[in-house]
Amino acid sequence: MPAVDSAARQSGARPAGTARRTADAPRTTREGIVRRGRTGELLLRAAGRVLPGCSAVLLVAGVWQLIHLLGLSPVLPAPSAVLRDLSDAWSAGTLGSGLLHSLGRCLAGFAASAAVGAPLGLLLHRFGFLRVPIAPVLSAFQSLPAAVLVPIAVICLGTSRGAVYMVVLLGAVPSVATGVLSALDQVPPLLVRAGRSMGATGAAGVRHVLLPAALPGVVAALRQGWAFGWRALMTAELMTASPLPGLGQMLDAGRRSGRLSLVLAAAVAVLAVGVLVEVGVFGPVQRRVLRARGLPSAGGC
Amino acid sequence: MTGHSAVIEVCGATKAYGTGTARRVVLEDVHLRLLKSEFVCVVGASGSGKSTLLHLVAGLDTATEGRIGVTAGRPAVMFQDHALFPWLTAGKNVELALRLAGIAPGSRREQARSLLALVGLAESHGQRVHELSGGMRQRVALARALAQGTDVLLMDEPFAALDAVTRRVLHAELLRVCAERGTAVLFVTHDVGEAVALADRVVLMSSDPGRVVAEWSVGLRSARGTDTPDAAGLVDEITARLGEEADCSARR
Repeated sequence: MPAVDSAARQSGARPAGTARRTADAPRTTREGIVRRGRTGELLLRAAGRVLPGCSAVLLVAGVWQLIHLLGLSPVLPAPSAVLRDLSDAWSAGTLGSGLLHSLGRCLAGFAASAAVGAPLGLLLHRFGFLRVPIAPVLSAFQSLPAAVLVPIAVICLGTSRGAVYMVVLLGAVPSVATGVLSALDQVPPLLVRAGRSMGATGAAGVRHVLLPAALPGVVAALRQGWAFGWRALMTAELMTASPLPGLGQMLDAGRRSGRLSLVLAAAVAVLAVGVLVEVGVFGPVQRRVLRARGLPSAGGC
Repeated sequence: MTGHSAVIEVCGATKAYGTGTARRVVLEDVHLRLLKSEFVCVVGASGSGKSTLLHLVAGLDTATEGRIGVTAGRPAVMFQDHALFPWLTAGKNVELALRLAGIAPGSRREQARSLLALVGLAESHGQRVHELSGGMRQRVALARALAQGTDVLLMDEPFAALDAVTRRVLHAELLRVCAERGTAVLFVTHDVGEAVALADRVVLMSSDPGRVVAEWSVGLRSARGTDTPDAAGLVDEITARLGEEADCSARR
């Protein structure tokens, strides 16, 4: 790259004697080739991640279509019928609004669960005497299905949003807390000793050593907490007597009308949200955290 | 060295784990002094309590009996495994030590750079721990220890996992850096040759329980290494005594 080009690029002016380059003109500079090469590499990498997932979806859809064509299940609708219901629900605005409501609720519930669960895990790690009575309770709650929590929440808080949030919290907090506790327990003692020898004790030790060292496990705990919360939310939205707007309501509408295609359409939307959050948020965050530590990260999500 | 003041004074330190019949004494009545700018190596067989002694001096553990005085503030520690924080770059590891030592934010980066340059890693500021070789990691660990700004460095077999060539290079680096900064070093090793090559004084510990049983002044400051006949003779003498102690320990 000649010096004049570099200076002109920095100042924003075109070097004298050069023609204005049209948008579709081929790039012939070395920088252009490098940029195109890098873009191509990124596209290839993205395709490498997306294609296996897409092929799995296509495989499931193919088997589903085959079952439908062969008439192996008299109640199973064709994938196209489910897609049509999804499209109709989107056009009617119910799918978009349901997605927004459910996602908003899950995000709020997840944020509250992380805000409660992560410090709870840290407290149990720091103060061993708390672990003995509380850790078994958290484990017990983790094994409790959300369907059991819904009637309790409804009786305690009525068929309100509060009941739904309670179910999400009770589903996600134990998962986040036990995950964070386990991540902190697995921090190599040598790192803690090294931190202490440098004066990183108490809050400084937690901030500079314990939490960064446990971060891969903490991300995994949050990931699991989100999954627990999302599942608990769907159960709560479906089971509350007067359904709140959301994907759960869409599921309930399909159930009430006996339309399996609508139920499956809602299930596809629920799954899609789960996969997108996984692939778009937790997967990249976890990969980044692991890569920064020189730890191997799975190529997929 | 007699004119120098002690920076570490261990008086009758005993460390025991467990109680009653399960009580196991690891260190018993250990006395040790480390003078300003002095390099003392502690040698002994595995299980002689060398690392425990170091941990007591570092304040990472407490003695069951006895007194441990460190007059030069909190000593810096270098472990056998580099113990660098893998989520930080080499430079940030050093900067964290500077931050915890109370250095103002504005000068941390510059100081970290000069400390890394001091250990021969001027270009490695931005490199992650996993991108460094074993020898480079130990150099960064040394820079991080020096960043604590203390006059006392405690080293727990820091070069044990390195190859002979890298170890020799790091010995020279360590002696140079400590001489430049006047740092006193308490260096634990099971390698007698390494102890003689580095130390002003070598202290031998017996096993089960760990006690200081012998001490040698090396006095080879001008001609470091084990290549001279004097040094080789000293290595043989200490090794023979170490063998005797190991036999005694086995008979017990």
